[in-house]
Amino acid sequence: MKATAIEKICSKFPGIACREVLNYVEMTVQPEQLEETLSRLKLYPELNFGLLLDITGIDYLEYPVAQDCRFAVVYTIRNWRDNMLVQVKVPVPDPDKGVPTCTHLWSSANWAEREVYDQYGINFIGHPDLRRILNHWQFKGHPLRKDYDIFKGQVCYDSYSMENEIKNRLLANGVDETTMKDINTEIMFLNLGPSHPATHGAIRIFTALDGESILANVNEIGYLHRGFEKTAENRTYNQVIPLTDRLNYCSAMMNNIAYVKAVESWLGIEITERCKFMRVVMSEFFRVQDHLVCIAANLVDMGGLTNYWYLYNEKEASYDLISRLTGARLTSSFTRIGGMYRDFYDGWEHDMEVQLKAIEKGVSDSLALVLKNRIVHDRTQGTCKLSAETALSYGFTGPCLRASGVPFDLRKDNPYYNYESFDFNVPVGSTGDIYDRIMVRFEEIFESIKIIRQAMKHIPDGPIFVKDHNAVLPPKSEVYNNIEGLANHFKLIFEGVKVPSGEWYDSFEAANGELGFHFVADGSGKPYKLKVRPPCFYIMGGFHEMVEGEMIADAVINLGSINIIGGELDR
Amino acid sequence: MSLTLLNVIFAVVVAIAFAALNAAYLVWAERRGAGRIQRRPGPNINGPFGLFQPPLDGLKLMAKQLTIPGGADKILFVAAPVLSMFPAIMSFVTIPFSEMIVAHNMNVGLLMIFAFASSGSMALLFAGWSSRNKYAMMSAVRSVSQAVAYEIPMLITAITIVLMTGTMDLMEIVRQQGPSILHWNIFPLLTNSHNLLMPFSFLIFFTCTLAETNRAPFDLGEAESELVAGFHIEYGSMGFGLFFMAEYANIVIGSCLTTILFLGGWHPPLPFLGFIPGVVWFLLKIYILIATFIWIRWTFPRTTIYGLLNLSWKILIPISLFNLLLTAGLLKVF
Amino acid sequence: MSAELVLSSVIFFGLAVIIPVIMLLTAVFGPRSGGVAKNDAYESGIKHVVGMADQKFSVKFYLLAILFLIFDIEAVFMYPWAVSLRELGMFGFLEMVVFILLLLTGLIYILKKGVLNWR
Repeated sequence: MKATAIEKICSKFPGIACREVLNYVEMTVQPEQLEETLSRLKLYPELNFGLLLDITGIDYLEYPVAQDCRFAVVYTIRNWRDNMLVQVKVPVPDPDKGVPTCTHLWSSANWAEREVYDQYGINFIGHPDLRRILNHWQFKGHPLRKDYDIFKGQVCYDSYSMENEIKNRLLANGVDETTMKDINTEIMFLNLGPSHPATHGAIRIFTALDGESILANVNEIGYLHRGFEKTAENRTYNQVIPLTDRLNYCSAMMNNIAYVKAVESWLGIEITERCKFMRVVMSEFFRVQDHLVCIAANLVDMGGLTNYWYLYNEKEASYDLISRLTGARLTSSFTRIGGMYRDFYDGWEHDMEVQLKAIEKGVSDSLALVLKNRIVHDRTQGTCKLSAETALSYGFTGPCLRASGVPFDLRKDNPYYNYESFDFNVPVGSTGDIYDRIMVRFEEIFESIKIIRQAMKHIPDGPIFVKDHNAVLPPKSEVYNNIEGLANHFKLIFEGVKVPSGEWYDSFEAANGELGFHFVADGSGKPYKLKVRPPCFYIMGGFHEMVEGEMIADAVINLGSINIIGGELDR
Repeated sequence: MSLTLLNVIFAVVVAIAFAALNAAYLVWAERRGAGRIQRRPGPNINGPFGLFQPPLDGLKLMAKQLTIPGGADKILFVAAPVLSMFPAIMSFVTIPFSEMIVAHNMNVGLLMIFAFASSGSMALLFAGWSSRNKYAMMSAVRSVSQAVAYEIPMLITAITIVLMTGTMDLMEIVRQQGPSILHWNIFPLLTNSHNLLMPFSFLIFFTCTLAETNRAPFDLGEAESELVAGFHIEYGSMGFGLFFMAEYANIVIGSCLTTILFLGGWHPPLPFLGFIPGVVWFLLKIYILIATFIWIRWTFPRTTIYGLLNLSWKILIPISLFNLLLTAGLLKVF
Repeated sequence: MSAELVLSSVIFFGLAVIIPVIMLLTAVFGPRSGGVAKNDAYESGIKHVVGMADQKFSVKFYLLAILFLIFDIEAVFMYPWAVSLRELGMFGFLEMVVFILLLLTGLIYILKKGVLNWR
């Protein structure tokens, strides 16, 4: 972000403390100023912050520096057109009273505020449907508060009928049950999921049906919630890496890279050129894997089972390559702060080239089955459309946003790891229907392969670790042979990487969209708070917008086309 | 008299055995074929080429529990899978495999097969309704609306054959299609009506057969991505096994009927090939059709319910009505 | 005893005895465990479901059933006509042309009314 942009933002808000963090602006406002600040950010044409990325709470109970209020809420908002990012931080004097909602400005605030309420118990005044989202509805307490003991388990198993929610949604959609009674029919309330073949992972899609048409839809998530954020607060920075594997498990290493990139950006570590290229190669390779899984599963939902094997065979072979490199097929945990776990093995270029060719063949075979297939066109074109405005309002990022016609890609707009020097295109859809979402992913596979080929051509030799032994483990020879190396090793292993205290947000273009990490560091070796901004969560928040009015079979393929990954959705 | 009796009993037993064996080994063929198409081996562990897989699957199904859901209508629930097998086996009785091999020929054989074919959807409706399960219920409604929608073009297309042959006796229909490929009803050159639209009739009839037998791309009744397993979702063990067998038996019936009506039944394609017995030609033709069924299933994705109904009501029914008018007109004019 | 009678008795024996026996075999060989949760109807693992399965279904499907009744019966009417077209002569042919055209008009009317427009 350019300095002029920062000045532009600050000049619009006189009297509000603005400061520059990394490459964005952080504003601290008082609760009574919040509503006006947010609406200005959204509605002023020259600011136009249309994409609410994330809302998170912070509990300062155990923070070493004393704060005015125990709780704070942070809004992360982006203007994708001018590449401006702003964070608005508001202290919350009384969590039960809370802060005003911003659901009228951004639809994505609905689920985001529910999550803050669920995890921190902060109320949002005027929220239409404030209830738990990730934790079970019978859960007591708010787990991300610092006074909630991590070992305090609760057993909840009763399922929730969601009758009121769906009835409210029916009313909101203007469906009158009495007219249905007049013609002597009833609305069928049907659950798809959590234990259903169409829900990849465990999501509950609750629909009200008139025959086959969906009149109303509400969704329940959290079936795979395992407390990523709470666990991360009790691990050192490097120990969090294996946890990130389990976020989007289809592209595990992208999460690793996104996480260490976020930590490194605060530490100010400039990683070596070879490491940058390695990360580009691996993240693009995993982007291909993620898209292969998504398209394969989507076409299976459509009944085209043969595509599954054409795409999945190549994915399985790619996993063999990945396991040769990292030692694990799925959960690679391959990155470290300041570098990678190890360098490429000898002859990887050949293996990679063979694999890329195989992927190209598999994808082309599948495209041959799909591209001119009338049934596929009839089913996907014009179904479950989402306009660009609605998609932005719901906080969509990544391929799903690009399918709606918004050419926003962090690799182009906010390049990192020399992405600006690669030659690649960002495929964009036109209508935002299922067909566009599938085709954007197909195109991105070819673009990613292009990037990998370029990176393989230009990858330099050299070390993969920076020479900073406050962050990176010294080589084993030094550990065994001199006292300084041993001391570094000891300190890094026992205490973790010491990260200076502060708060920052950093993001990465993962396979599903913008994967962001919001950190609060207190100077120790463990993150004081770590909030993930998972792309799926917000995409799922807009699911009902896409499927209402469509058929039940369309809802199923729509769920496949937006690539919901339970691990990332529920954390 | 006693010879006729033996003949009849023998033929009926053969018909039942044929239906059951076919059902079992078509599953094997389907899985091997799918494996072939999808670049994977398919079942290959049990026996040579996995040939023991179907009987072992049957045994496994028999050793499973037949659970009846608490709210279910018990009698209908148990009756439904048994009912689903009825039409398949009843239809075999009147199908002529060759000039000699037919259990019982009737002069309204065509009508009888259609009657039984449409009663098959009753079993699906019973199964779906008695399970007291929303997916099963939706699937039953879908299956029935699909079956009835495709029965109309199927019936109307078959009328063109009746017009041309002037009979509903299946053996008589086949006899009129000899001796060579040019006399088959699908090729209108040497048949008695010269209706050049007969290939279209064949396509309509074949599409309807796909839909009537609930095969992909028309397998909406058991669309596993949204309705999990459809009408047989609550069935385990042999309840499921019977539905499964009925599905494949219906495919065989559908192929037999298509062969009899359009592809010359037991007649060889060229007269000098007549030394090969008729039943061989008949079986060859039906297995080629079944292979096409399998090929189509693993190539196309599933349609949606509105796409399916639109295809029938907006395209197939008007075309088949026009086709009928044209055939009758040609018969009258020439 | 005529062959027909034997045939029908054999068929009925086959259908009414053999197939139910196959079903019964399961009851003999299969396990017989039970339980409330096991015998529940499946709805994706949700215990508190809203609404019953045996409810009044959407009216669209009933419309289809009525349409089917009309067209199916008309199609069956055509079978005897088809068999005896040769004897009926030109008059019989023209009668049926009128009948089929009426049917087609009905079909076009139905489609124009939007019976099948579900989306």
